[in-house]
Amino acid sequence: MIEAHQLTKRYGETTAVDRLDFTVQPGTVTGFLGPNGAGKSTTMRMIIGLDAPTSGSVIVNGRPYAEHTAPLQEVGALLEAKSIHPGRSAFDHLMAQAYTHGIPRRRVEEVIEMTGLESVAKKRAGAFSLGMGQRLGIAAALLGDPATVMLDEPVNGLDPEGVLWIRNLLTGLAADGRTVFISSHLMSEMALVADHLIIVGRGRLLADTTVDELVEQTHGDSVTVATSDPARLREVLAGPGIEITGRAGSEELQVSGLTAREIGLKARDTGIALFELTAKKVSLEEAFMDLTRDSVEYHGSTELSGRAA
Amino acid sequence: MSVITSPRATTEEPGKAPRPEYKVTGRRVLRSEWSKLWSLRSTWITLGLGLLFLVAFGLIAAARYKSSLTSGRQMDPDFADANALTLSLFGVSLAQLALGVLGVLVTAGEYSTGMIRSTLAAVPKRLPVLWSKATAYGVVALIVGLVGAIATFLIGSQILSGTPAELSLSDSGVVRSLLGAGLYLGLIGVIGVALGSLLRSVAGGITVLVAAMMLVPGLITLLPSAWQNNIEPYLPSVAGGSMYALDKAPNTLSAGAGLAVFLGWTVVVLAAAAWRLKRTDA
Repeated sequence: MIEAHQLTKRYGETTAVDRLDFTVQPGTVTGFLGPNGAGKSTTMRMIIGLDAPTSGSVIVNGRPYAEHTAPLQEVGALLEAKSIHPGRSAFDHLMAQAYTHGIPRRRVEEVIEMTGLESVAKKRAGAFSLGMGQRLGIAAALLGDPATVMLDEPVNGLDPEGVLWIRNLLTGLAADGRTVFISSHLMSEMALVADHLIIVGRGRLLADTTVDELVEQTHGDSVTVATSDPARLREVLAGPGIEITGRAGSEELQVSGLTAREIGLKARDTGIALFELTAKKVSLEEAFMDLTRDSVEYHGSTELSGRAA
Repeated sequence: MSVITSPRATTEEPGKAPRPEYKVTGRRVLRSEWSKLWSLRSTWITLGLGLLFLVAFGLIAAARYKSSLTSGRQMDPDFADANALTLSLFGVSLAQLALGVLGVLVTAGEYSTGMIRSTLAAVPKRLPVLWSKATAYGVVALIVGLVGAIATFLIGSQILSGTPAELSLSDSGVVRSLLGAGLYLGLIGVIGVALGSLLRSVAGGITVLVAAMMLVPGLITLLPSAWQNNIEPYLPSVAGGSMYALDKAPNTLSAGAGLAVFLGWTVVVLAAAAWRLKRTDA
């Protein structure tokens, strides 16, 4: 479990992380999502004590990371930046980490096997490809058999097989009752593994929600209806929590809060003819873009087309 | 407790699978730093270089002394009051560079590669890492220095037997000077570790090390001589040199005082490194 309270990090004038409050629960995969420069990596560095918060605090499994007697057993972290000496072999790197905690050699061999590094374990880590380096980072994160696994952009550089492997690994770890916290700037990637989402932009918390709720919150699913008598259909469909929009003089209405099925049934009951009845699902990517639109640090110049209205 | 699969396994939380009980201790951090030291090729190369400098230059100096005696020409003024000890320790000033630079690499190298993030994630209390690196590498540099100095003296005194420079281990002060040379090189290693950790840059650490040991003594001669005489004995390189001098030269410290001053310098740099390590983000 990771708990952040008003967590803040300032570098001079810039505020990288701005009063973040969130809790990462055990037993689920929590995605930490935000555009580049949103403060995800800084937050993760503060969780394992590499950076000290300017104010606020973050605790892991009940106390600050540095106060645990076996930190690697509490949090296994993979940071985005390389954290190895290129001249040391993968095995020696893991062994050096293991010695600090009294982790047996058997466990080092186990994580090497788990991450598929057997054939290169004795080679200099500096010669590793991006994907191999990422696997070594994950091996190091799993070394202490940690209660919380925290990975910064874990699928970076992995091939499709590697991506699939990491997805299964993460869901497996969560099913074990561990806390799994992974960051990404890609919603599509996160939607496949994460149950819970913590979304940040410009260092601020934008949403602390589940995948389903996010879609609901931003736009909800809407249904497009075309009818000969839009005014009457509005009256029929109106109710609490139901939103109906449409241009005057147009046969088309946008309805949210009702399913296509419900609308169709009501129209039949009241004898209104429908020409079109289309359910429109907002994709997670669109929901995420909507949420972070104002906080993207570096905007591209091309306007995105086809955004859900 | 009934049958357990591993001596470390315990059942802390009933209902959950037993988790092994790991713990970070000072000894384990030392073990880790020791393994890190030997798992890099640069350690072997640089230590080999340091030992080579120490032995080769000492023996070359001894051989040169002997040949200038037998050639019958005017004695080189550098050799006028040379003895087997000063000749054997001729390579210390070069060996200190190799050993000091490796000390800088031990710490600053972790910052330049990013390894420091792994190191501090495993030992977030941080200071044990610095103490362990200083201890592990300090001991290695001490042993290399001692072995090199003693070996060079033993071989060198063979070369020089029968010359006015002849000395043996049983002569007064010889063993003390050889121990002093080893200790000096060990402490240079610790200073390198501390400088690397303080400056977090390989280039910066090496520059400051070379400046402090080699440039400052030269610059000091620009000062008025009254000042110079007051300051010079306390400079790291001069105080360190007193540690392995056979006889106390005028305007230098005794071996014991030299050791105390040099140890003082080491502690100051190490304390500054500890302060920065604890205070600033990694």
